[in-house]
Amino acid sequence: MLQLGHDQLLGAYRRMSTIRAFEERLHDEIKTGEIGGFTHLYAGQEAVAVGICDQLTVDDKIVSTHRGHGHCIAKGCDVKGMMLEIYGKADGLCKGRAGSMHIADLEVGMLGANGIVGGGAPQAVGAALAAKMDGKGRVGIAFSGDGACNQGTTFEAMNLAVVTKAPAIFVFENNHYSEHTGVDYAVGTAKDIASRAEAFGMKVWRANGCDFFDTFEQFRDLLEYVRAGNGPAAIELDTERFYGHFEGDPQRYRGSGELDRIREERDCLKAFRKVVTDAALLTDAEMDAIDDEVRILIDEAVAQARAGADPDPATVADDVYAEYY
Amino acid sequence: MAVMNIREAILRTLHDEMERDGDILVLGEDVVGGNGTAGGPEAIGGIWGTTGGLWEKFGPNRVIDTPISESAIIGAAAGAALAGKRPVAELMFADFVGVSLDQLWNQMAKFRYMFGGKTKCPAVVRMVYGAGMQTAAQHSQSVYALLTAMPGLKVVLPTTPADAKGLLTEALRGDDPVMFFEHKALYGVKGEVPDGDYRIPFGQARMVREGGDVTVVACGRMVNFSEKAADKLAADGIGVDLIDLRTTSPLDEDAILDSVEQTGRLVVVDESPPRCSLAADIAALVATRAFTSLKAPPEMITGPHAPIPFSRVLERAWLPSPQTIEGAVRRTLAFR
Ligand SMILES: Cc1ncc(C[n+]2csc(CCOP(=O)(O)OP(=O)(O)O)c2C)c(N)n1
Ligand SMILES: [Mg+2]
Repeated sequence: MLQLGHDQLLGAYRRMSTIRAFEERLHDEIKTGEIGGFTHLYAGQEAVAVGICDQLTVDDKIVSTHRGHGHCIAKGCDVKGMMLEIYGKADGLCKGRAGSMHIADLEVGMLGANGIVGGGAPQAVGAALAAKMDGKGRVGIAFSGDGACNQGTTFEAMNLAVVTKAPAIFVFENNHYSEHTGVDYAVGTAKDIASRAEAFGMKVWRANGCDFFDTFEQFRDLLEYVRAGNGPAAIELDTERFYGHFEGDPQRYRGSGELDRIREERDCLKAFRKVVTDAALLTDAEMDAIDDEVRILIDEAVAQARAGADPDPATVADDVYAEYY
Repeated sequence: MAVMNIREAILRTLHDEMERDGDILVLGEDVVGGNGTAGGPEAIGGIWGTTGGLWEKFGPNRVIDTPISESAIIGAAAGAALAGKRPVAELMFADFVGVSLDQLWNQMAKFRYMFGGKTKCPAVVRMVYGAGMQTAAQHSQSVYALLTAMPGLKVVLPTTPADAKGLLTEALRGDDPVMFFEHKALYGVKGEVPDGDYRIPFGQARMVREGGDVTVVACGRMVNFSEKAADKLAADGIGVDLIDLRTTSPLDEDAILDSVEQTGRLVVVDESPPRCSLAADIAALVATRAFTSLKAPPEMITGPHAPIPFSRVLERAWLPSPQTIEGAVRRTLAFR
C-alpha cells in the first residue's frame, strides 16, 4: 500500500472529515432559512477532492463546479471564510457576492466554483497553458461532473488541451446523476466516461472515487505523467453524492434503500478508517480527536457566520472593474 | 374562467396545444426528470413544474429530456423548426442563453431573412429569469434586452396567468422564433384564465391601471413592483398610468406614446443594468417621439451597472423596489 506517512494520512483524514462535517452542518443549517440561494453539497465525494488536491501545490490551479465546497476545502480555502460567504456576509471569501455557487480563492489556486455547468473546463486549459509558459511543471485541473461531460465546452477544452499539449487534467466525478437524470440516460458512453477523453487523444486513468487510496494512487501516476510534459490527461472517478442535487431536492429518482446502501457500502471516510486501522497506520483515537477538532471548527465557523455583518448596500456596484472612470 | 397560477397556466397551455397540434415537441433538461434512474421518467416532472405529465401523455418522441447541452438544445430546436415542427425548448435559467447564444443569435433569428423570406422558424424558447431569490450572478439575470435587440426574435414576458396562456398560445400558433420569459418569482401568481381558445396578439401592451398623472412602463416582475408603488401613490391622490408591455419585441409604441402625451411624465422600470437596456430604449422612444409632451425628464429605474450579487442585502440594493419606483414618480411630478 502506498507510502503516505503518518502526518500525511492524518492530514488527508482531517480534510475529508472537515468537508463531511461542513456539508452535514450546512444540510441542517439550511433548514433554518438563514442561507439563501442554491446549495449543492459535496458529501460522499470527499476522497476525490482530497485524494487529488493533497498532491497539488498552491501554484497548481483548480477550476471547480456548482458542487464546489469540497474542492475549496481540499485546496486550502479558509473554512470560516467559506461559511461567512455561504451566509452572504461582508467578511466572506468573496465579500458575500458569491454565495455557495461562486466561491473562489485565487491565493490558494482555487479559480472558482461555477454556476454554469461546463463553464470551467476551458478555463482549466487556460490555466494549464499559463503553466506551460512558466515551465515549472505546474498543472491546471478541471473538475467536471458526469453531466458536465455532455457540454460542448468540455469537448472543446479537451481537444484544445490535446492539440496544444497543455498540462491540463480533466477530472470527471461520476456520481451517476446530473440533477434528476441518470447517467445511463444522459451520457452515451455512460459505462466509461474516460473513453471520451481517450477518443480525444488523451491518456486516461480510472479509479474508485469512494476509495481515497485508489484515487490517490491513480492520480499520482497521472500527475507524474502530466508534470513530465506529456500533455493533458483525464481521470474518471466512480463516486456517490449523499444528499440531493441541491438542498430541498425530494430525490424521488432514488431507488428504495439507495441512500442507506451507499452510505453503508460506499462511504469514503469509513473505508479510509478501516484501511488505516487494519494496517495499524493510524488509531481510532487519533481520528476521533480530529473529528472533535473539526466539529469545534465548524461550530465556530457557523457562529461567526451567523453573527457576521452584512455587506454595506452602498458597495453593490464596487469591484465590477479593476479600473473604470 | 378557471383560477390558477402562472405555472399551471403554462403547463395547461402546453398540454392543450400539444393535444391540438401534433407537430409540437418539448425539449430541455429535466423537463421529464428521472430518466435513467430507479424512480423512472416523471419522477420529478420538470424542475419548475411546467412540464410535468407531458411525457406520460405525449411520449418520448415529443417530450425529450436532453443532456446538459444548451447549444445543442437550442440548435436542435432551430433545426426541428426548419424541418417543419414546432419545438418548445426550455432553458432552465435564462442565464444559459450565454451558452446557447450562437444558435439564437446567428441562426434562429436570421434564417427567414437570410433565406429571402422563404422559410419560417416557429421555435419557442421558454426560459426562467429574474432576481430576488439569492440565486447570484449566473442564475438571476433578465436577458430580455439582449434578445430584444436582435432582429428576428420576438420577446414575450407574461405577468399574469391569463397572459401566460394567451401569449404562449400565440407563440405556438405563430411562425417566428419567440423568446418566452418566465419570472421565477411570478410562477405562484394566481388569477383567472379564460377557457378555450385564448390568444393575445403580440405588440399589444396591457393597461394595468389608468391614473393620468405619470406614465409608468414596466415588464415582468417590475409590473408587480410598480403596482405596489401605484397603490401607495394613489393613497396620496397621485394617479399612475401603468403599462405592462407584455412583449418587448414587437413593442407597443402607441400605448406608451399615447399615455405620455396625456401625462407628460415617464418612469420606466427595468430589472436589468441600465446601459443599452429596455429602460434606455423606451426613454429614447419617448424623448425622440414625444419630446414636446414631456414636462419632466424621463426616469429610468434599473439595477446598477453591476452583476447581481448573492447576499440578500446586496441583492435587495441591486433590484428596483416599489420604494424606488414611488420615489421616481414623485421626482417627475416635483420637476419644474
Ligand atoms: C449551463 C448550465 N446548464 C444547466 C444548469 C443547471 N444544473 C446545475 S447542476 C446540474 C447538473 C450537473 O450534473 P453533474 O455535472 O453530473 O454534476 P453534479 O451535480 O452531479 O455534481 C444542472 C443541470 C447549469 N447550472 N448550467
Ligand atoms: Mg453528476
